[in-house]
Amino acid sequence: MSLRDNLGELKVPLTWTAAVALVVAAVAAIAFIVSDRRETFQAEAYGASRSLSDQVLAPVGEVLSTPVRWAGVGADNVRGYFFAAHENRRLKAELKEMRQWRDVAIALRDTNERYRTILGLKTDPPIPMVAARIVTDSRGPFANSRLANVGREKGVKAGNPVMSENGLVGRIIGVTDGVSRVLLLTDIAARTPVMIDRTNARAILTGDGGPNPRLDYMRGKDAVRQGDRVLTSGDGGVLPRGLPVGVAVKGLDGRWRVVLASDAAPVDYVRILLFKDFTQVVNAAELDRMEPPPPTGGALTVGVAPGTTTPAPPGPRPPVAIAPRPQPAATPPPPVAPAPTPARP
Amino acid sequence: MSRSAQGLAPWRWLFTPMLQALGLTLLFATPLRVFGLGLPEPIFPMAAAFAWAVIRPSVLAPACVLVMGLFLDILWGGTLGMWALSMLVAYGVALTGRSMMAGQSFLILWAWYAGVTALAMVTAELVAMLEVQATPNPIGVGWQYLATIVLYPFSYRLIERFEDADVRFR
Repeated sequence: MSLRDNLGELKVPLTWTAAVALVVAAVAAIAFIVSDRRETFQAEAYGASRSLSDQVLAPVGEVLSTPVRWAGVGADNVRGYFFAAHENRRLKAELKEMRQWRDVAIALRDTNERYRTILGLKTDPPIPMVAARIVTDSRGPFANSRLANVGREKGVKAGNPVMSENGLVGRIIGVTDGVSRVLLLTDIAARTPVMIDRTNARAILTGDGGPNPRLDYMRGKDAVRQGDRVLTSGDGGVLPRGLPVGVAVKGLDGRWRVVLASDAAPVDYVRILLFKDFTQVVNAAELDRMEPPPPTGGALTVGVAPGTTTPAPPGPRPPVAIAPRPQPAATPPPPVAPAPTPARP
Repeated sequence: MSRSAQGLAPWRWLFTPMLQALGLTLLFATPLRVFGLGLPEPIFPMAAAFAWAVIRPSVLAPACVLVMGLFLDILWGGTLGMWALSMLVAYGVALTGRSMMAGQSFLILWAWYAGVTALAMVTAELVAMLEVQATPNPIGVGWQYLATIVLYPFSYRLIERFEDADVRFR
């Protein structure tokens, strides 16, 4: 038998074992998919493995992003040097426009305060926030998330909104010591309740992995026009109301989409709003301590032996006045024997 | 005994390309924008997985593909196991067609690479649709696909270097 024939025999077992290894690896991948609960976006679903890997990835990303950030600052400086005159002209024009807006804002603030005083309106409490730096960034069509370099130690919690200086970026979906993961508005799984500033029409901002998320579930006729400002609606208590999201545009597919305000500049530093929705702010324990309602007339039958009460007449029950609490019976009723439990077949 | 007859050391053709692919993925995950545009997000491990399937069958290669896929899922924050399964499907198909594709020209192999990459993207899309009940943006998927098939020269270099390194699999 030649050497080549012997070597040929080696191919068969290795090919088969390679096939078995491939099947085992595929089964393991499917098991990971089935066990993953990313779509629930619950704090407890984030998992220890993801928390640990985020803790490892964050410092690596920070080291890698530092020269990138320096390069960006350098490029900005060079651009600023060469385009200083043009930038100066642009800023002067913007300042002129902003001064007009400042006067309008002061007048509106004054009017607002008067209305609030007259109505006795309870306004939302100020929201504390922490600053963070973005260290990694994923931009693919299947996942859009970023790692920020602050975590649990600063009071960050899952669900907290994240903003850049221009607008809403996303919200926290996972947090651990020193690092938190931000789910961007553009992620395929992101759903954000928003409203059109001009018409107050509500919609759900639905990410699809592209740069411009869709406006879904829009109600009303002519609810949105090109260029309308889109804000968070605060519906559901997940996000505070009125955070800037972007501007509505008609997409190439004929659907309304949003050009995100946060895309106006690189998102390298963000603010995490330590926002608590209404259900978290309200003292649930205090609500639970409320006195139970007084017993109604029917409660008088408590402690009376069965068969001694007169059945209520048919027809609508007359209104029952608030009755005093029934006094305990002088003699306790005889103990009722437990009903015999039928034997299991 | 000649070096080629000793077989391939895993660190040469498996672990080194795997670390290179993961390093490049990490580098491209930095928040860098050039002229207002972010970097593309190609699937670097796809080039290595395709080359491994063409070079020779292996027990370790599927495990490496699984590890690379899980790394992508964890780094990008996607569904855990999505890229692992997608690349394993592509690897399996490339391995099945290995006897037909071995020794083919650069362009034919590139077309084959583009085909199995498309299969990986479709698998990822199906998994995403099942998990999130939403369809990813086809333009975004298209851009990622293009950015990935452009990486074929790296895969071809790996194939050229190691295809004949083990005489048992010529």
